[in-house]
Amino acid sequence: MAFEENDVALDADQQMTADEEALLDELGIFGESRRKFLGQLGGVGLGALVLQVLAEEKALAFSDSETAYVAPAVENPVTVSFTVNGAKKSLELDSRMTLLDALRERLGLTGSKKGCDHGQCGACTVIIDGRRVLACLTLTAQCEAKSVTTIEGIAKGTDLHAIQTAFIKHDAFQCGFCTPGQICSAVALMQEAKNGEASYLTANVRQKTGALQLSDDEIRERMSGNLCRCGAYPNIVAAIREAHTGKATDPMAISQMEVHDATV
Amino acid sequence: MRPFKFTQAADAGSAVQAVSFNAGAKFIAGGSNLLDLMKEGVENPTELVDITRLNLTQIKSAGGGVSIGALAKNTDTANHPLIRQDYPLLTQAILAGASAQIRNMATNGGNLLQRTRCSYFYDVAMQCNKREPGTGCAAIGGINRNHAIFGASDKCIAVNPSDMSVALAALDAVVKVRGADGKERSIPFTDFHRLPGDAPEKDNNLQHGELITSIELPKSNFASHSYYLKVRDRASYAFALVSVAAALELSGGKIKQARIAMGGVAHKPWRATEAEKVLIGKAATEENFKAAADAAMKSAKPLEYNKFKIELGKRAIVLALRRATGKA
Ligand SMILES: Cc1cc2nc3c(=O)[nH]c(=O)nc-3n(C[C@H](O)[C@H](O)[C@H](O)COP(=O)(O)OP(=O)(O)OC[C@H]3O[C@@H](n4cnc5c(N)ncnc54)[C@H](O)[C@@H]3O)c2cc1C
Ligand code: SF4
Ligand code: FES
Ligand code: FES
Repeated sequence: MAFEENDVALDADQQMTADEEALLDELGIFGESRRKFLGQLGGVGLGALVLQVLAEEKALAFSDSETAYVAPAVENPVTVSFTVNGAKKSLELDSRMTLLDALRERLGLTGSKKGCDHGQCGACTVIIDGRRVLACLTLTAQCEAKSVTTIEGIAKGTDLHAIQTAFIKHDAFQCGFCTPGQICSAVALMQEAKNGEASYLTANVRQKTGALQLSDDEIRERMSGNLCRCGAYPNIVAAIREAHTGKATDPMAISQMEVHDATV
Repeated sequence: MRPFKFTQAADAGSAVQAVSFNAGAKFIAGGSNLLDLMKEGVENPTELVDITRLNLTQIKSAGGGVSIGALAKNTDTANHPLIRQDYPLLTQAILAGASAQIRNMATNGGNLLQRTRCSYFYDVAMQCNKREPGTGCAAIGGINRNHAIFGASDKCIAVNPSDMSVALAALDAVVKVRGADGKERSIPFTDFHRLPGDAPEKDNNLQHGELITSIELPKSNFASHSYYLKVRDRASYAFALVSVAAALELSGGKIKQARIAMGGVAHKPWRATEAEKVLIGKAATEENFKAAADAAMKSAKPLEYNKFKIELGKRAIVLALRRATGKA
């Protein structure tokens, strides 16, 4: 029995294509073991296996290759040219594709997270033309000529944004899943405070204000669109407070472990 | 999400034409409500006409009041100096809704047309007359804690979820819409949304293809005495259980004009005209506020799980009036 299989295997070995040879070489299967391996494959044939392994490899070896990507036939293709983290991008995609999916699946920018896909958690927060928005409820088709900044574009090279530094210092995350959205949201929040934009907690919206100094309650209210399953909220508020006020605080100090009076 | 054709509208006229002559077409503005419903399979348009690039984003003084473009974003509207100064009630109501991210996406027109958050409406496996006319209403015998206490029918007991609309109802806004014939018509805000009656599938009185172009606010004397109070299950980023838009014009220690509208209690923003009547000509006292609150709730018809809304509504009216008059 084993002998016969080996025969078949030898036969298959002789008929291997260059792709198949390369694959077995890459997998480190040579000589005797190659023959045994082929024997074990039996009637399945190597062709199918090669195709599958190559497809998986391709999927894993993701590159920022909007040009190399061969889109399957789409029913309602749209072409969108926009800027992502300063680089011009042009994509042809299904009209249904959300910005979140385009960023993650087409541009390899997997920092923006899909938490709920329904606008309820903020994990997909990105900044479009200076404003924080939810990528999961934004159609890419509506992004023509817009400028998108994702978590990958928040730092300047290796220089972290003040919010990023503060998040690290204050340990403002546990699993990290919500963090890219929290950081994008907080970065935009700093600008909103500088602009003097009001919130539901603003005591008198008729009063003209310049740049705002936000209380912790204000930070909480303005960050309420970003949920954190790990409950890292106290540290998130501490991090934003430090970046916003510019006043360094000791993350271990007891005064930081605030007790929140929920009177909103 | 079902496949759809994406069309970029060049101007208001062509946008209206595109939707009017395709029963399966819808406008898309910020997309924050429509895309969510499309992902759920509740809305299944075959064509989306993008109106975000239309020149309908201005907020400007007009005829003593202010005209707000339908495509202006909620954030920009709430923070516009004209609105903050003369219509702080509207600023507060907008800022009480959703999150900063969503308000940056949401347009004023889209906010008025957001659909109910009734969980049975969202769940395509459940009976819902609003989603599929004639199938029944799962909420009537179901968990109706969030549902209506005013104006419901035996076809639908859903509530309108918009905060902005509650303030607009109190401020006597007018909605301007443009139809397929190219003409504009004006709809007083209190006639814009509908009660469910026998046709809960219709949230409002717009015709298919009609485009909201602007919202007109009449001159207001309420700027110094108004407050939007929102009561919800958590401190922020949740829909209202009950909300109150209160606005008073005071003159010589007496209430000259009063406006009270409520959210979370009916299929449309609910004007509490009975409460308003009680307040006119009276002093702005706690006692009178309580009398107004009782009058507002007199006609309430609670369901199995939302009886709490009556007492909550009363307290919310009193607190909103107190805050509007700087007393709390
Ligand atoms: C998690 C979450 C929480 C939220 N919480 C709140 C809340 O607490 N309070 C609150 O008030 N809202 C809340 N919202 C709803 C939000 O305010 C709405 O989604 C938003 O206002 C809709 O505006 P849009 O421009 O995105 O509309 P779209 O989603 O683009 O459109 C909504 C509807 O309006 C139609 N439409 C849009 N513009 C026009 C026009 N000019 N003329 C004719 N038709 C038009 C569209 O065809 C569509 O049917 C919440 C949303 C989410 C996702
Ligand atoms: S209350 Fe209205 S929206 Fe909710 S299930 Fe009943 S018919 Fe549908
Ligand atoms: S993934 Fe977009 S809000 Fe949750
Ligand atoms: S750190 Fe885990 S969800 Fe926020």
